[in-house]
Amino acid sequence: MKVKVLSRNPDDYVRETKLDIQRVPRNYDPSLHPFEVPREYTRALNATKLERVFAKPFLASLDGHRDGVNCMAKHPKSLSTMLSGSCDGELKVWNLTKRECVRTLQAHEGFVRGMVVSFCGTSFFTVGDDKTIKQWKMETPGYGEEEEPLNTILGKSVFTSIDHHQKEGVFVTCGQQVDIWDEQRSNPIRSFSWGVDSFNCVRFNPVEVIMNMRSNTLCWNPMEAYNFTCSNEDYNLYTFDMRYLDKPVTVHMDHVSAVLDVDYSPTGKEFVSASFDKTIRIFPKDSGHSREVYHTKRMQHVISIKWSSDNKYILSASDEMNIRLWKANAAEKLGLLAPREKSAVNYSQKLKEKFQHHPQIRRISRHRHLPKSIYSQSKELRVMKEARRRKERNVRKHSKPGSMPVVTEKEKHVVTVVK
Amino acid sequence: MAASNETMLKKPHVGKKRKPPTRYWEGTEKDGKNDGKKQKEGDNNEQTPQQNKTRTKEGGKRGGAGGKRGGAGGKRGGKLGKRAGGKRGGAGEKVISGKSDPFPGSALVPEEKLKKFKRGVKGELPPRPQYNLRDVVIRSEAASDLAQKQNARYDLMLPEDAGFLEGDKDEDTCTISQDDIADAVDITAGAKYFSLTLSQFGPYRLDYSKTGRHLLLGGRRGHVTCLDWQSKQLMCEMNVMETVNDVKWLHSEALFAVAQKKWLYIYDNKGIELHCIRKFNDVLRMQFLPYHFLLATASATGFLQYLDVSVGKEVVAICTKAGRLDVMAHNPHNGIIHLGHSNGTVTLWTPNQREPLVKMLCHQGGVRSVAVDKTGTYMVTSGMDKKLKVYDIRSYRPLQSYFLPAGASCLSLSQRGLLSAATGDIVQVYRDVWSTPVTKPYMAHRAKGSVWGVHFCPFEDVLGVGHGEGFTSMVVPGAGEPNFDGLDANPYRSAKQRQEWEVKALLEKIQPELIGLDPSQLSQVDHSTWEQRHEDRVQVLGFDPLAKEKFTPRLKTKGRSSSGKVEKRKKQVAHEDQRDVIRQTVEDRMKIDKERKEREKKEAAAAGQKSALDRFRK
Repeated sequence: MKVKVLSRNPDDYVRETKLDIQRVPRNYDPSLHPFEVPREYTRALNATKLERVFAKPFLASLDGHRDGVNCMAKHPKSLSTMLSGSCDGELKVWNLTKRECVRTLQAHEGFVRGMVVSFCGTSFFTVGDDKTIKQWKMETPGYGEEEEPLNTILGKSVFTSIDHHQKEGVFVTCGQQVDIWDEQRSNPIRSFSWGVDSFNCVRFNPVEVIMNMRSNTLCWNPMEAYNFTCSNEDYNLYTFDMRYLDKPVTVHMDHVSAVLDVDYSPTGKEFVSASFDKTIRIFPKDSGHSREVYHTKRMQHVISIKWSSDNKYILSASDEMNIRLWKANAAEKLGLLAPREKSAVNYSQKLKEKFQHHPQIRRISRHRHLPKSIYSQSKELRVMKEARRRKERNVRKHSKPGSMPVVTEKEKHVVTVVK
Repeated sequence: MAASNETMLKKPHVGKKRKPPTRYWEGTEKDGKNDGKKQKEGDNNEQTPQQNKTRTKEGGKRGGAGGKRGGAGGKRGGKLGKRAGGKRGGAGEKVISGKSDPFPGSALVPEEKLKKFKRGVKGELPPRPQYNLRDVVIRSEAASDLAQKQNARYDLMLPEDAGFLEGDKDEDTCTISQDDIADAVDITAGAKYFSLTLSQFGPYRLDYSKTGRHLLLGGRRGHVTCLDWQSKQLMCEMNVMETVNDVKWLHSEALFAVAQKKWLYIYDNKGIELHCIRKFNDVLRMQFLPYHFLLATASATGFLQYLDVSVGKEVVAICTKAGRLDVMAHNPHNGIIHLGHSNGTVTLWTPNQREPLVKMLCHQGGVRSVAVDKTGTYMVTSGMDKKLKVYDIRSYRPLQSYFLPAGASCLSLSQRGLLSAATGDIVQVYRDVWSTPVTKPYMAHRAKGSVWGVHFCPFEDVLGVGHGEGFTSMVVPGAGEPNFDGLDANPYRSAKQRQEWEVKALLEKIQPELIGLDPSQLSQVDHSTWEQRHEDRVQVLGFDPLAKEKFTPRLKTKGRSSSGKVEKRKKQVAHEDQRDVIRQTVEDRMKIDKERKEREKKEAAAAGQKSALDRFRK
């Protein structure tokens, strides 16, 4: 007779001393783990619910401006430095880690229209309503020194926007015309003008320089050099491919009022928009609707928005003189994560992704609370749109086939392309 | 075993591979080729004169081993050939020591292990224009392949092997007595064969907890006890002063349910009555679904009821309209309850439907017992017609049918697929009942009284038998799963680990709505819903975005656009998308017709001579 009976030595399965961690022998045999899919589904559902529970995006409010904040600028080298310019010409430099203002200066008379930090991070340029471009040093002046610009260029008309080249000492401004400047000279290298009245915004492409459309602001995708998104007065944002300007690649709709500013995340996968309807929305670059909306009771019309260079934070500047710091990912835990924590986060992220289309999970993950006015306005807009579509459908039904072509949402918004 | 140990000792493997130091009298040649040749000689004929006999012997052995290894390596090299060569560039494959790697490339994983961890089938890749989706599919398939391979590799390293029992020549394993087995194995394993003499309040029903550490006994006449059966430590013992129909552990060893004469009671492991559930009356049998936290009860009044033990609410009460329900089992793979009835049918139930999912006529005469295996593939039933039948419950097809002279009253399946059947006071254990027709039991044991309940202990080679005179714990080698998963059911878990596990298990409690025949259905695409959504979309848009454009014939001159011609041209493209299908069905039908005709002809030929009436046939 040959016999073997299972006989485990408990010493192999329990820890030796209380100082050790517990032993957890694993066996991944699928038959020992029944209900794999329903359990994963339950986990995904729990993770989605917890994500909504932990979604607390608002981090801090930076106050100190004495008028509405009109523009902001990121520092290319330092994550914790940020500049903001207000409607009374005041400019403040902020330390974001300490959440305090480190420097205040009166840059212009009237609005600070735009500002940009030069690529090396040692100086910054501002344009204002007083028709000047001023260059300032980044460092705070020493004790007894006066706050004075390094250079001041007097222009012929008001500049509305400014942007700097990413690698060279060249910057571009716009107003009545678009001017390209060298840092060392006081006259523009080149000037362009089209038949349009005035330009609102201009941005350097990492690859080449190209102009904008008739919209509020525009932002280039930092990863896909030929794509840009512009925010528009008609409540929408449009992503264009620079090579095919006759039709936007995507129309992003969700705002219920004019969109005032847009900024891409450094990964180029998402962008954030600020709107007159007192909300901030985050859109995936190829989705027509936003994945996230931020609002607070006190935040008024959001004028300017920036996505921080580490992809983690969003800064919004609004009418009521405050700058707000938000998390880009509302439910994200800030700070260092323990390895187990990190793996748990990754695991639940993957599960959420796997089951994202299940109706219950989708309902929970999409649910957002909106202020009553925005909620009712968006409902109204939806009804209006539906009515328009219905009417169009009925007209098409009763007219000669082919006489009423189907115009897609993308084609509707572009009037014409001017060469 | 002892003999093999001795042979092992004679040729110790330690230092086997070490090369003996070269001596100055042996000459200067030391290249491997010559060495190998010498070894070969040594292997083939011993009488060749050699200078150093011991060395040759050793060398010969070494050479043999090396040859074998080389052979294996060669095989693998042949299989991997291209990959290994391509990767390493054939640059000698030298390691630091200067020797070439005898096993180039990563180690192969056995095919059957890979199969064990296979999930689902690989679908076709989406077409190239959908490059985004294609990319996602490719990447996720690569990840799942990697996971499968890693799981299979990990499976090779599991520490424990399953038990077994083999008889000597002409010795049936079923004749080996429990005492012999207990003597032959080590003390701790031998101690698992024991009997509890409880003649006063029997017969006994029993249940093992999910980890297999704790045993719950319920005597018909009211005696309820639970104990840690390995250390024989008594946790509680009491008499409920009522008939006890069934006992069941709930999710952990802290709670158990007892079906008493009238109501269902829940006690904790100290024997304190926590709940008396008056909604559940006359319960005869209970099953606990551990991942759903559902206690399913079958009552004498024909009700199948589900109790959610995590919130203490009745989920559903189903009137089965099938009389007294005293045969019950649950499918551990999908959580479906199997009920056996006195008319020979077995019905399958979920809490989501008031009618049975399936009704199977299994026996002539009543069903006495039902058991379902761990993978949810096989169901074993025994009936009053003294038959034991095995069904495939994926296709509801009978696989095997056995005749037991006394009929089996209780059935239980172990984790590794052993079947125990109690006939009167004898407990028989069968092996491989579904694959091959079995003639002899694997093991047999006579209990002291008539058997009332059998239950295999999870993760142990132990079969618990409750009978009229108490309880017997039998040793059945090869019954239990040797390697448990520490995060699922850990027999050695500490109190802290149990608490953590409980919280996690409660968090991922599966809702009763998700119980269905196929538990993986949740991860599949719901095609009907897609169609529904497409319809909705068409309605919203007012046109079908995926519709093909209607064919309009081009206007041709010189009379070629006459209405007849146009109709002809239209016909050329009509139903183009369905043409393949139509062609296929027509072909199939013709094939079937042809086969039928041939069969008829053959049958006619087989029937031989014509009958007198054939002349009237057309």
